[in-house]
Amino acid sequence: MLNTADILETINMIHEENLDIRTTTMGISLLDCADSDEKRLCENIYNKITTCARNLVKTGENIEKEYGIPIINKRVAVTPISLIGGHLSPDGFINVAKTLDRAADTLGINFIGGFGALVHKGMTKADDTLLSVIPEALAETKLVCSSVNVATTKAGINMDAVARMGKIVKRAAYLTRDNGSIGCAKFVVFANAPEDNPFMAGAFHGVGEGDVVLSVGVSGPGVVSSAIKRAGNCDFQTLAETIKKTAFKITRVGQLVALEASKRLGVPFGIVDLSLAPTPAIGDSVAHILEEMGLESCGACGTTAALALLNDAVKKGGVMASSSVGGLSGAFIPVSEDQGMIDAVTCGSLSIEKLEAMTAVCSVGLDMIVIPGDTSEDVISGIIADEISIGVANTKTTAVRVIPAYGMNVGDVVDYGGLLGHAPVIKVNNYSPAKFIARGGRIPAPIHSLKN
Amino acid sequence: MKAVITVTGKDTLGIIADVSAICSKFGANIVDISQSVMRDYFAMIMLVDITSLNMPFTEFVDKMKEHGTAKGLVIQTMHEDIFNSMHRI
Repeated sequence: MLNTADILETINMIHEENLDIRTTTMGISLLDCADSDEKRLCENIYNKITTCARNLVKTGENIEKEYGIPIINKRVAVTPISLIGGHLSPDGFINVAKTLDRAADTLGINFIGGFGALVHKGMTKADDTLLSVIPEALAETKLVCSSVNVATTKAGINMDAVARMGKIVKRAAYLTRDNGSIGCAKFVVFANAPEDNPFMAGAFHGVGEGDVVLSVGVSGPGVVSSAIKRAGNCDFQTLAETIKKTAFKITRVGQLVALEASKRLGVPFGIVDLSLAPTPAIGDSVAHILEEMGLESCGACGTTAALALLNDAVKKGGVMASSSVGGLSGAFIPVSEDQGMIDAVTCGSLSIEKLEAMTAVCSVGLDMIVIPGDTSEDVISGIIADEISIGVANTKTTAVRVIPAYGMNVGDVVDYGGLLGHAPVIKVNNYSPAKFIARGGRIPAPIHSLKN
Repeated sequence: MKAVITVTGKDTLGIIADVSAICSKFGANIVDISQSVMRDYFAMIMLVDITSLNMPFTEFVDKMKEHGTAKGLVIQTMHEDIFNSMHRI
């Protein structure tokens, strides 16, 4: 017989501490959809996605009901579209984006990722054309997410691409200016992008993956926060142990759901992403975990150390709980999606510079940060270059998802609703990096990339 | 296959009898019960065997919930695997 205390602990985690499965994401390879005819290409894409993922939502809902654990998002990630776009025209790529949007709508999923390119070393003609229409594609679709990998530790940083990214972000912000520049919330720039990441907006189906695969991203900042609170005023080893044990339990649920979903869908199980993904809901904040550790406000001196401890303990606890760990795996620190981060920015305790430092010790990077609408393309490229360098130099994934909200200034608040939340506009250093960015070419790979 | 049913709410006469009756009606065999009343608050955890359910498990989950709502109770049914995977290695 199960122990009563164990049963109550699980139920409490779900109902009081917001434990959930953040996403079940089906990765679908579109390599076999390539066709020289644009119409046939779109048809192939639509048919493959809607066939492979036709039961994704229903299966997720059934598992949710049977195990009593909410599965918040059901999503699809596809092969980076530039790889199958061949010689498509700009309009052709937009039509592919619309096809993805239509397929996502038919399936009832909440996002589809993969309208992107891998340009860390160089750019093909297809990459170039796709990049030129990303802002329009984001503006003309609802559910399509886009990501571009501009650097790897092995290849260095493609600064030509970084320079383009600033322009793309600005244009996407302009084209979606009536909705708080929401286009930028669906666009991520990566260094060392993982091929099996189930989280949006950066999910895509890597070329090293099989035809179809199912991955799961877990969550549970509230559970960790409560566990730390219960542990009281303990020392750091005890604190780390507490987080590890909690992360283990959370991940076990992710592994259960992943295996069950892959069995029911007849699709191989990919990975469990051991991430602490916050939501704007009260009690579901990563910033509050850091504050529970003893910081007056997230962003105070000590924040990076606290986050490093948290991130490491989550991975150590989670890794034994799953047979295959991958994706981003670590704590997320988006601003607009985390009430604690929002409060910290609002009260002036958390700056974009501190957020950048924090990204050196956790997964992902500058995420869902709203910056003034008049921030220049060069400054945005500079923000991206800095963040990407952290990833390249530390052999880790970093990413940038900043939103220069059109017409907004420091002090204004932009509300996106739902999981994307709301955020105060944060101050940015506006001294110009224009000459630096305009040099062009590639920042060479760091010496420690030469491991062979 | 087993499931854990938790029943919580204000204590009234015959909750156990009522929940047991509906379990038996749907083909869920009660394996174990743990129950307590704190002040006026009733809390029960039941382990039921669901191999002979006369409906799909998801439907059973809904029916139990609806039944609970009608009686002013919160009845929650979850597959035991979620507890096993979280608390057993």
